[in-house]
Order: sequence, then structure tokens, then C-alpha cells
Amino acid sequence: MVINSRFFNRSELMGFLVLAAVLFVILPLSLDVFRLNLVAKYLTYAFVALGLVLCWGYGGILSLGQGVFFGLGGYCMAMFLKLEASSVENTKIQSTPGIPDFMDWNQITSLPLFWQPFHSLTFTILAIILVPGIFALIIGTAMFKRRVGGTYFAIITQAVAAILTILIVGQQGYTGGINGMTDLRTLKGWDIRPDHAKVILYFVEVVLLFACIGIAQFIRLTKLGRILVAMREQEDRVRFSGYSVANFKIFAFCMAAVFAAIGGAMFALNVGFMSPSFVGIVPSIEMVIYTAVGGRMSIFGAIWGAILVNFAKTSLSESFPQLWLFGLGALFIAVVLAFPNGLSGLWADYVQPRIDRLFASRKKPGWSDNSVADGAPAE
Amino acid sequence: MFGDYSLGDLGSIFVMQGFAGLILFSVYVLMALGLAIIFGQMGVINMAHGEFMILGAYVTWMTSNFFQSYLPSLFSGYFFLAMILAFVASGALGMLVEWVLIRHLYKRPLDTLLATWGLSLMLQQAYRSVFGAREVGVELPQWMLGSLHVTDSIEVPINGVFVMCLTVLITVGVAYVMYKSRWGRQVRAVVQNRIMAGAVGINTEKVDRYTFGLGCGIAGVAGSAFTMIGSTGPTSGQLYIVDTFLVVVFGGAASLLGTIASAFSISQTQSTLEFFLSGSMAKVLTLLAVVGILMLRPQGLFALKVRK
Repeated sequence: MVINSRFFNRSELMGFLVLAAVLFVILPLSLDVFRLNLVAKYLTYAFVALGLVLCWGYGGILSLGQGVFFGLGGYCMAMFLKLEASSVENTKIQSTPGIPDFMDWNQITSLPLFWQPFHSLTFTILAIILVPGIFALIIGTAMFKRRVGGTYFAIITQAVAAILTILIVGQQGYTGGINGMTDLRTLKGWDIRPDHAKVILYFVEVVLLFACIGIAQFIRLTKLGRILVAMREQEDRVRFSGYSVANFKIFAFCMAAVFAAIGGAMFALNVGFMSPSFVGIVPSIEMVIYTAVGGRMSIFGAIWGAILVNFAKTSLSESFPQLWLFGLGALFIAVVLAFPNGLSGLWADYVQPRIDRLFASRKKPGWSDNSVADGAPAE
Repeated sequence: MFGDYSLGDLGSIFVMQGFAGLILFSVYVLMALGLAIIFGQMGVINMAHGEFMILGAYVTWMTSNFFQSYLPSLFSGYFFLAMILAFVASGALGMLVEWVLIRHLYKRPLDTLLATWGLSLMLQQAYRSVFGAREVGVELPQWMLGSLHVTDSIEVPINGVFVMCLTVLITVGVAYVMYKSRWGRQVRAVVQNRIMAGAVGINTEKVDRYTFGLGCGIAGVAGSAFTMIGSTGPTSGQLYIVDTFLVVVFGGAASLLGTIASAFSISQTQSTLEFFLSGSMAKVLTLLAVVGILMLRPQGLFALKVRK
């Protein structure tokens, strides 16, 4: 079994370089801080989309509950920031100083036990990875070990998203309720609100995103990625070959959850608040559509999908709020009916061949180093 | 949590909450029946089901307004006409959707989910543009207001009784159509083996279209009944869609009896818990229990044994 020995093949390398150039150089130079912060917000969804490429595109597991993991990561980060913002000096006017304002409004007089460890940044960072990871592990184990998959899995993850939203909204005293956690100020004494902090956070996020791209690409290229694809296409055959299908599925699902959680944590840092409206069913499905629009089989496609759909959402809903939902709905239908491989599929079908021809004409005729793209049936 | 109530009070509480649960049960059953046909029989995940229901509700609202302004003398009976109109409107829209969208996607169930979700967004925006973003309520005729006094501490609202009778009638009707009529046999044949059904002369495309239309039509009737116990807004359908899917999955996707049993157990648990806990916690606990049971028993309560 020979896997492409290079980490990126030529077209992927080009995708990588273009994305790096756009995110590291072009956008920071051309946008003002407000717009750059919006891009940072879009990129938090790119983490989720990246996870969905692994889990849905490669593993064939459609999860409609990625908002749950996005939310868990975001809430872990927000709890730390909120605790720091609610120091005794900042909350003198409350009847119980030193606890977050929403607890005070809900007649809670001492910090609940599960909030205590979030005073520590180390614990918070571990929690951002581990809480969603373990949660995904539990759901994944329960479902995949019993061979529940496909549509049932989608519906159950959706129900989990609904449950978590209702829980967060209902337990106002512990979670901030429907308003979420607002007024986040500092990270270890470093103010996250001024412009220069936003720029630094943007770059931190882009670096993290590229780290995640590296991990995803590594998974894709190793035997693990091949097994995921094989499992999606012929689950029984993989099982009969002696692989534990459930374990691979659980792994893909957990990776997707951790990526989503990192995105959620960056969201809390960049946007400065976290609320249940990013947890529920509607945002979870929107996250799936970013991946579908970009291309469920393509790492870079999914990231472009997250950026472009969100960009369209912002600009359309600013100018034509009525049209936006029609546009989004039509986009869903068009992606499913007309181009199931999304933007990256269109790129691979129409743009890439021309570029290849351009390059190939300079080389010896009749020779090309196109490797067969993963998942695309070899013809 | 039981300490503050006497035994008689508790009895009344259970009866009253049980009755509230029965109304919830009726709405669940009406919505889930359509979905059980579409999802259970055809395997299509119709995320726009709630919007078909809301279409029925809006049709009812328009009929009621029409009767109020032009035929006030017949107002007490408008509801029956509204229900038929709701069925026809939602069913027709359903058949159109099947023809344009769904029939291309039978082999890709997860994609129907995305496409119908897109459809539901468009329908929501359409309702918002046409009927406005505010919720609308239907004026009930005089005979549906008020309540029946059973004992001193127990009263049951008449509109609730009406919705329940309606549910029973429709359920019996659907069961008859699916299991006794010639057309129902064709539907089940297509579900079991599409190619063989086609080979023996069943027009499978036509059966698909009418099945989808029937499911959506029943959703429309559910919406019509829904107007009697709640107000209607452009996004009301979305609130119920996850619950309804859980009802269908919990019951066992291909079983009508299972759907009814699971709708009953979910609604009764929820409304009984609602009295003792806050509404949101009751819902959380109920849904958690359902998800937990589904993890232990993924095939649902009543599984149809089918050889694959």
C-alpha cells in the first residue's frame, strides 16, 4: 500500500499556500480591525468544518450536534474569562461580590462547585479539550458499539444539541441563561477587548487553525484515513477484514468534537461572549452546511466554505435581511442537488484541469503526476 | 416533592396533568403520524415537516378570518372546512416538493435532511414575509370554549377533548389506509422491495408521491388542530421537529403502534414532571431518558423484524 509520500500533493500544496497567504498576509493588511475580528469569528467555524470533513466526509458519520462541542469548548473558556472579570473589586456593587453577575441576579450566594476549578488557566485549557472529547467518547461509544449509525445517529446528536440548549437556558443561575456569558474582559490580566489584542488573537487563531489542518492532513494520509474511507464505502467489508469499525468511528467523532471545541474556545476569546444560540440545532446544522458548501471531502474547501458562507451571511443580512434565509435555503438545496462535492468539487472539475494543462504543457507530453484524490472513485 | 399535597390533591394533580399530557400527546401523534409515514416508510428525513404543519395552521387561521368577516352565521362550523383545506394545501405542497426535490434523493437519506432543512428555512421566511413575524391566534367558536367539570377539583377543557377525538379519528383512518386498503398495500410493497413492486406493475413513483403528500397532509391537519391550543408563528414548527423525530425513532421507525406508544409515554412523562419541576428541566429529563433508552435499545420500542 503506497501512500503519497509527500505531505501535500501539488494541488493541495497550492491550496495550502493560497490559504496561508490570504489568512496571514492579505486579510490582515487589507481589512480594518472590525472586519478582521469578523473573519476571526468566521474562522472559529472553520475549526468545526475541519472536524466535519474528518467525521462526515471521510468517516461518513453525519453529526448534527457539533454545536454541542463548539458550545462546551466555548463555555469552558468563557467560564474562565468570566471568573476573571468578576473579581471582588469589579463586582463590589453586587450583594455577593466575587461571583459572576448573572449568579448574583439569580440569588446564588456562593460559587457553585463545578465553577471552582475554572480559576486555573491550565485546567481550563485541559477542560476545553477533555470535556467535549470525553462527552463525544461517551456518545460515540454508546452509539457505535451498538452499530447505530446514519440517520439515527444524526437525529440523536440533534436531540443532544436540543437538550444542552434547553439545559443552558433553563439553569440561568449557573450558566447565564439565554443571554449567555457576556462582558468578558481579560485573560490573565491581559485585556482582550482593544484593537491590538484582537489582531494578536486573530493570529493565534490562524496558527491554531493551521496546526489543526496539519493534524487532519496527517490523519488523512495515514492508514487511518484510508480505513475511514473504506468504512464509509463498505462498512461490512472493513469489519470482516478484522478492523473494529466502532473504534475508528469513535476516533473520528472525538477528533471532530475536539476541533469544534477549540473553535468554540477561540470564539469566546475573539467575540467576547458565549451564548446558547451557538449551541442548538440551528447553528449545528449551519455548521454542517459550511462543510457541505466548501466540499465535505476537502480540508481546504471546508475552510473556504466556512469563511465564504459566513461572509455572505453577514453582507446579505446587513443589506437584505429578508433575502438571507431564502438564499441560505436555496444554497442548501443547490449544494445537495447540483454539486454534492461543494466548491472544492467544482474547483476540481473545472479549474484544476486547466491549471494542470497549463503546467503539463511545459513538461514532457503524456506524463502527469496526478495522484488519485482520496474518496474519488478511480476511473 | 410530594410532601405538601394530600392524597386527594395528588390524585387530581395527576389527572389534570395527565389530561394536559393527553393534549400534548395528541399533537405529538398527529405530527408523528405524518413523519412516521415519510421517515418510517419512505426513509426520507423531512426536516421541513414542522413547516408543513404550520402551513396547515395558517390555512386554518385564514379560513377562520374569512368566516368571521363573510359568513359569521356559519362560524361555529368553520373548523371542519379549515381542516380539509389544511390537508389539501399541505398535501399539495408536499407532492410538489416530492416532485421537485425529494425524488432525486431517495438513495441519499442524509442529503434529504440537508435539502429539506433548506426548504424549511425558505418556507419560514415565506411565512414571515406573507403573514408577518408576529404569532397569530385563531378565534375559537363559542362551543369550543369553556371546560367540563368532572369533579370539584378536576376540569377538562373542551377544545382539548375535541383535539383528542380528532386524533383518534385520524389515527384510525391512517391505520385503515395503510393496513387495509389496496393503496396501503402498494405503499408497503414499495417500501419492502422497490424493484419487485415495480416488476408486478405498481407505479412506484406515483406511490412515492402520494405517500409523501399524505404524510404532509396529515401534518397540515396537525397544524390545524394545533391552532386550537396555541398560537402560530413562522418558527413554531421548528420547536416541535426534534421532539417529533424522537417520538418516531423511539417508537421504532416502521411501526405505527410504536409511534403512538412512544408519543404517549413521552408526553405523559413530560407533563407529569412539568408540575413538579420547572418546564425546562422536565423537558431535559424526558429527552435524556429517551436518548438513554435509545442508546440501550437503538431499534426503538416496537421494532419490525425485517430480513435485510
